[in-house]
Amino acid sequence: MTENTRPSLIEKVLAWSTFLAVFVALYLALVYVPTEKTMGDVQRIFYFHVASAWVGMMAFFVVFVASITYLLTRRTNWDIYAHTSAEIGVVFTTIVLITGPIWAKPIWNTWWTWDPRLTTTLILWFLYLAYAKIRSAIGEEEKKARLAAVFGILAFVVVPIDFLAIRWWRTMHPGALVTSNGIALAPDMMLAFFASLFAFTLLYCYFMMRSVRIERMKAEIRWLKEGMFN
Amino acid sequence: MSFLRKVRSLLWKEIRSELQGKEMLSTLIVFSLLVVVVFGVAIDLNKDLMGEVLPGFIWITMIFAGILCLNRSFAAEKQNDCLYGLMLCPLDRSAIYVAKTIMNLLLMIIVEGVTIPLFFIIFNYPGPQQLGMFVIVLLLGTYCFMAVGTFLAALSSATKTGEILMPILLIPLIIPVLLSAVIVTKASFGLVGSGADLFLKILVVYGVVFTVLPLLLFDYLLEV
Amino acid sequence: MIVARGLTKTIGSKKILNGVDLEIAPGEFVTCFGPNGAGKSTTLKILALLSKPSGGQVLIEGQDVRGNGTTLRRKIGMISHNSFLYDNLTARENLEFYGRMYEVPDLKRRITQLLDEVGLSFATGDPVYSFSRGMQQRLSIARALVHNPPILLMDEPYTGLDEMAKGVLNTILSQLAQSKHTVFLITHDFDQGLEQSDQALILVDGRIAYTCNPRRLQREEFRRRYLELVGGVK
Repeated sequence: MTENTRPSLIEKVLAWSTFLAVFVALYLALVYVPTEKTMGDVQRIFYFHVASAWVGMMAFFVVFVASITYLLTRRTNWDIYAHTSAEIGVVFTTIVLITGPIWAKPIWNTWWTWDPRLTTTLILWFLYLAYAKIRSAIGEEEKKARLAAVFGILAFVVVPIDFLAIRWWRTMHPGALVTSNGIALAPDMMLAFFASLFAFTLLYCYFMMRSVRIERMKAEIRWLKEGMFN
Repeated sequence: MSFLRKVRSLLWKEIRSELQGKEMLSTLIVFSLLVVVVFGVAIDLNKDLMGEVLPGFIWITMIFAGILCLNRSFAAEKQNDCLYGLMLCPLDRSAIYVAKTIMNLLLMIIVEGVTIPLFFIIFNYPGPQQLGMFVIVLLLGTYCFMAVGTFLAALSSATKTGEILMPILLIPLIIPVLLSAVIVTKASFGLVGSGADLFLKILVVYGVVFTVLPLLLFDYLLEV
Repeated sequence: MIVARGLTKTIGSKKILNGVDLEIAPGEFVTCFGPNGAGKSTTLKILALLSKPSGGQVLIEGQDVRGNGTTLRRKIGMISHNSFLYDNLTARENLEFYGRMYEVPDLKRRITQLLDEVGLSFATGDPVYSFSRGMQQRLSIARALVHNPPILLMDEPYTGLDEMAKGVLNTILSQLAQSKHTVFLITHDFDQGLEQSDQALILVDGRIAYTCNPRRLQREEFRRRYLELVGGVK
């Protein structure tokens, strides 16, 4: 266990590639891509807005899979993957919720749009919060892991139902349809888009690797402490 | 089937307990009536607009009452460690979940039976055009609510913050139920053109998914 | 009757049981002593099939408890310092409920008989919240015995009882000992614990540090042994 206190080679490589990818994505989105005709420069946020949303969803999927695996195997590692992914997911989801209004206000003159994907992300944010609250409400490690895992499973399953319901709801209100759906992307915009997606995904992976390593160290310290007092 | 017999015995215990104490049902009813009055006092709309918001009011009131109801679901089991007593018994533990869900559903149906007519009276609004649809959505929506809520009540009763935690877990999970139920309720008032049956389908799917999942996962909540 | 091999229990990073082996023959009365935190309650909960061990095996009547939990639960009755009784229900209703859970045949007669045996017939229709602690403990014993289990597990049943209630409990315990029930008792009380005991264990730090047959040992000797073993800890 104690071999993993320093970043491994993979982690270092990942760190550097992430740095590079983010730099490239930033350049592409902010400099390379031409300014959008109708929306102006503020549209550039779109690249990171969508990339964050993607990562937020993916992180939650990881929470889901890790939760199931934890319940089946009871190996602490899986609990670490679950709650670390949740912590990182919250950050990206918050970014979505902040960039959404920033983008919406200048263009559609409204802070909040009931765009189905944005609204589902809002609920996702609350689900993440609920997950965190369960963990903070329990002292014992095993119980914490188990109950959080159960909730993680339920919470993920509700998200697609949410999205469907909200989407059908919004289609009942024609005219109020303000979505990021209708953006036709020119090829160079596509490049920036996928670059951001890739960069943020790498960012997530890097954060995961690093945080998991640190969480493992924390878990081992706890284990050693218990041993000393027994 | 032995499972159903156990559920019946558990349900009998729930009902007997409630009949002895009688505090839960009466408190719930009084609370719901108070919420209706609060809405009536705080919101002053003329009749045409009332139809748009009344479904929302009804379901919000049911959520508040439901949270109160759910919070006490597992309180009796925490006292005297009764939960251990149940876990010692030779039974499939999800029977406990089923019995409590049915009990909560029964309580809420009684509360709704008393409170909802009052909504129409106080707001002077004519009854729903399609009564059948109205009743169905009430039952279905309340069931979905209780199915998830009972499970989460069990989960949060195992934590330090218990009752305060439960609504935080519950509300994000029941958004699709709330949304769908309000729309279908509006449809039963005759205020929605078409498309309401889509939302009925969502309620059914939700009900199925969130009955099966809790049944599968309930054992994990009870481990000692 | 009950065999436990190499029981370990880890909760989070805390090791509560470090390899407990015990064997309880049918009809044997076993008493378990030990300082707080030694793992006595944890062991009892594992034997009661309430809790799963992290490692090791439990056999009841030769059957592994894994996979046979539901059937084997019928053979076990448990009493703790908490009564497992529903305050809102009457004595009769509590027993009726548990009787149905265990599918006890001829339930009504069994309830009357049990209430008689624990001396609570006068309170049959009274709600449990009106009972004194001693009465609750007695009803708890009736609850544990409603399905006539051959095995009885008791976690510090004397806690909080007054002298009279202790006396009643002792009478019931000696009846159980004579009627060839298999008993596993956790207690801090040397006198009452050793009275009808066939095997005494001292659990320290998640391990059985000492076992003996109390009938062949002076009480003082046992006490001395206990202090010896426990004194050097924490």
